[in-house]
Amino acid sequence: MNKYPQVLFKNRRPGETVLLPEYEKNGGYQSLRAALQMSPAEVCELVKGSGLRGRGGAGFPTGIKWSFFPAEQPGDKYLVCNGDEMEPGTYKDRQLLLADPHQLVEGMAIAAYALQTPIGYIFLRYAYEDCSQRVERAIEEATTAGYLGENILGSGSDVELHVHRSAGRYILGEETSLLNGLEGRRPNPRSKPPFPAQRGLFGRPTNVNNVETLANVPHILTNGAAWFHSLALNPESAGTKLFGLSGHLNRTECFELPLGITLREVVEDFGGGVRGGKKFKACLPGGASTPYLTAEHLDLMMDFDPLEAVGSRIGTAGVTVFDENTCMVAVTRNLNQFFARESCGWCTPCRDGLATISWLLDLIENGQATEDHLAMLHDQVRNIKGRSFCALAEGAMGPVEALLRLFEDEIKDHIKQGGCPFS
Amino acid sequence: MKELLPQNQIDSFKAKAVAIAHPHELIVDLLRAIQSHHGWVPDDGVLLTADTLGVLPIEVEEVATFYDKIFRRAVGRRVIHLCDSICCWSTGAEMITEHLKKVLGINLGETTSDGQFTLLPSCCLGACGDAPAMMIGLTTHGRLTAEKINDVLQKERAAIAAEVLK
Repeated sequence: MNKYPQVLFKNRRPGETVLLPEYEKNGGYQSLRAALQMSPAEVCELVKGSGLRGRGGAGFPTGIKWSFFPAEQPGDKYLVCNGDEMEPGTYKDRQLLLADPHQLVEGMAIAAYALQTPIGYIFLRYAYEDCSQRVERAIEEATTAGYLGENILGSGSDVELHVHRSAGRYILGEETSLLNGLEGRRPNPRSKPPFPAQRGLFGRPTNVNNVETLANVPHILTNGAAWFHSLALNPESAGTKLFGLSGHLNRTECFELPLGITLREVVEDFGGGVRGGKKFKACLPGGASTPYLTAEHLDLMMDFDPLEAVGSRIGTAGVTVFDENTCMVAVTRNLNQFFARESCGWCTPCRDGLATISWLLDLIENGQATEDHLAMLHDQVRNIKGRSFCALAEGAMGPVEALLRLFEDEIKDHIKQGGCPFS
Repeated sequence: MKELLPQNQIDSFKAKAVAIAHPHELIVDLLRAIQSHHGWVPDDGVLLTADTLGVLPIEVEEVATFYDKIFRRAVGRRVIHLCDSICCWSTGAEMITEHLKKVLGINLGETTSDGQFTLLPSCCLGACGDAPAMMIGLTTHGRLTAEKINDVLQKERAAIAAEVLK
């Protein structure tokens, strides 16, 4: 059914995990061999030229991040894979790790060589015990085969990988909070600067990348930057993207699709259209923090820049669709409850601001709000935006702002009717 | 009362803690090990962690109380984490919640009187394509219906009965 080139999911079979022999048979670890023939700087240059952007939500160019890393600095340096994946609507890294975990191991081995970070940690969320076991097995297999450990493939470079099983809380996906979590400190976020590349894990230079980002690296090494660019339908972009579909669609599965595919094709062809023959009302294009798209956006390209141009973000490409009978105030209230509950409480705009927004959205949804409350909602967004210690509250404002921008009439209907028009 | 952790595991954590440069990084692992064996982490579990790793009890406590999946209060033999985030909410999680509350006879945050199940609301479990979803222990159950829930609970009850006999 999927006519597009499969890269990250090329070995994927439902309910199965690819083990080392099959991974090698399909070309696995040839990229690591190729990388070890290059200089670390050449590997970084290739990744930079590929146009790969971070797949964890922020979309920062991976090669540029790597080029800032002080690879030549003596002393301990670390590579960290962020597998926290706790933004509602996001489940793509889980699919990748369940299907073909060696891609991450190989990607990390290559990154560790390029950045000269002999020790790597794979941080996995509590709910992903299934992934932890598969990644540990992949690490064991790769170590036995000489792809990890001391002097890998006779290159003189050492790479060891460890799995860290976390214990809940969305904030751990914020990279400095994650580093505190790995260290066994209370995982409130840290002040930036200094950035992890300067002072990260245990105070040492640390590079943090998402699972899907690192899993793309071996494929770029094998096939080159031009090939990676050609995968995207948007000529300005590069690569495929794992799209996790959810919400009111007929088919809520995870697909590997080219960046630049239209939202319409994602929803209609891959999602099988809206359930029950209903109309598409809105969607979160890439997780709970990404501003809504509506029917007028269906022909937009699902990609970093095109979505930013309309005030949204591709985020993690976890697309959650809402049908025409959905109350967007109720959706936003649910999203905000998540962010309010997951706030670590460190800073006032997040701790108190998100709670206040929950209170206001409750009043609106329950028909107890006045126009003054709507003004307060606008005011709260201004109080929170740009004022929180980390990106959590900033992300929480994505759907609230979009509600005010796209669905203010719906809020006013709640106020006028003294109740939810959809209930 | 059940022991917090078998002595051989404590010894193994002790050995690891002295072998590595940063023993704090084992705090979450050890808390999880205690919880896995004992069901939850009582005050003595915090003290045991501190003592085993050679760190301060407050350093353990400030970590233990941060994570929602570390239980500092007694829970039932099985903890049900019921997702209430957006994808599950949009596909009927509220109905699923009402059903679980009814068949277990408890509210969110409570434990059944026989001590078998604790029902907790949870943020997104990363099973959004299989919504609505819940996690019991470390196992995710998706595409929930009332029938499926009854079936899962029956299997868990049988598994608990077998554990008690052992």
